[in-house]
Amino acid sequence: MNEQTLKVQKIKNGIVIDHIPCGMALKVLKILGIEGDRGSTVTMAMHVNGKNGPKDIVKIEDRNLDEREIDKIALIAPSATVNIVENYEVVKKHRVHVPMQIKGIVKCMNPKCITNQREPVESEFTVLSEEPLILKCRYCGREMKQKDVIESII
Amino acid sequence: MLKGKDIVSISDLSEREMQRIFSVARDMIPIAEGKEKSELLRGSILATLFFEPSTRTRLSFESAMHRLGGSVIGFSNPASTSLSKGETLADTIRTVNSYSDVIVVRHPLEGAARLAAEFAENPVINAGDGAGQHPTQTLLDIFTMLQEFGHVDGLKISLIGDLRYGRTVHSLAVALSYLGADVHLISPRTLKMPKHVIREMHHEPEIHERIDDVLRDSDVFYVTRIQKERFPDPAEYAKVANSYTITRKMTEEMKKEAIIMHPLPRVTEIEPEVDYTPRARYFKQAFYGVPVRMAILALVLGAIE
Repeated sequence: MNEQTLKVQKIKNGIVIDHIPCGMALKVLKILGIEGDRGSTVTMAMHVNGKNGPKDIVKIEDRNLDEREIDKIALIAPSATVNIVENYEVVKKHRVHVPMQIKGIVKCMNPKCITNQREPVESEFTVLSEEPLILKCRYCGREMKQKDVIESII
Repeated sequence: MLKGKDIVSISDLSEREMQRIFSVARDMIPIAEGKEKSELLRGSILATLFFEPSTRTRLSFESAMHRLGGSVIGFSNPASTSLSKGETLADTIRTVNSYSDVIVVRHPLEGAARLAAEFAENPVINAGDGAGQHPTQTLLDIFTMLQEFGHVDGLKISLIGDLRYGRTVHSLAVALSYLGADVHLISPRTLKMPKHVIREMHHEPEIHERIDDVLRDSDVFYVTRIQKERFPDPAEYAKVANSYTITRKMTEEMKKEAIIMHPLPRVTEIEPEVDYTPRARYFKQAFYGVPVRMAILALVLGAIE
């Protein structure tokens, strides 16, 4: 067993979110609604030396991610990969990607935007740029950068 | 071409659609002036929902509908409507949609017109949503320039005043740049055109801080109101407002063909004496709101192809 594996233990079943930009692991947990007080066992490693420089890793046992959650991860960690582990083996590995339209997962930062009122609509954004991330609200036209997006994930 | 279309943002319209609106608007001028009568929209109902005060926009839409023989329902004081009882905009729109054939909406919140367009089956025309879009103003501004010069491409157009909060200048700047105009921006440092608007423009505009830099060679001076409430310090406001005022003396240095435009209401940014010079076009511009809105109503209602 090498030093790296000792730091971040293998899991039997669940997901491994790898290649998270340094310092973003806690935010990934936050948007997945994982607070560590119940449910899955969570292992997290920050600033781990990887082949392409330092990164964060999150391992969550006995849990799956739906598409909406994967989209959320893509917004804050576009370089991340999601590995699905079954019986200690990675059975599926996919890179996250930022979808063209973001619906219902980010709140518009403009307090005067109609989507922030009591109206029966979901927020919706067009992705103007993935790297750096720039979203544009389909309703009020306000542009949001990654820093704002992280604060506004629903 | 435009039947059933929502006009929420100027970018909803292609250049071809804009040209169609302008060409129909030109034919509408004698009717707008009351010299000819029309029953083109007889039997059609326009609903004007003004959740925020307006003089020109509402009256010119209503005049446009009446001039074409149509009827108008609506309100201009939301306090007297069910909105004050807490109804959502979506519900108001769904209801009014069933009472009318086309809806014009002005709302204090940004993106309200887009939402209205989603909940209405009939066409929705945005008459201003907060600091957002006001596409019919942009159309009448461009129409005015076309009537005066016959073209927009190659014109040196100076947008002056509050370019940061002034909602009409954002979509105007973008549209003009796509139509090939040479756009110049003149504003105090604190009221500069937002970067995201400049990014949307077809080519980089020239930026100045003094009117004097563009005074002698602009074809169009598009002046906007600098609002007092944007300045925490009244002395600072007075200083800024003064240096962005068009005076009668300045008009003498302008090109002979140059025109001065303003979306109105004007406060102190154009001296009243300027009204009597051959440069003033802002009242003519306000009039053009009627034929342009007549054209829009006739086209979205499908009375004209």
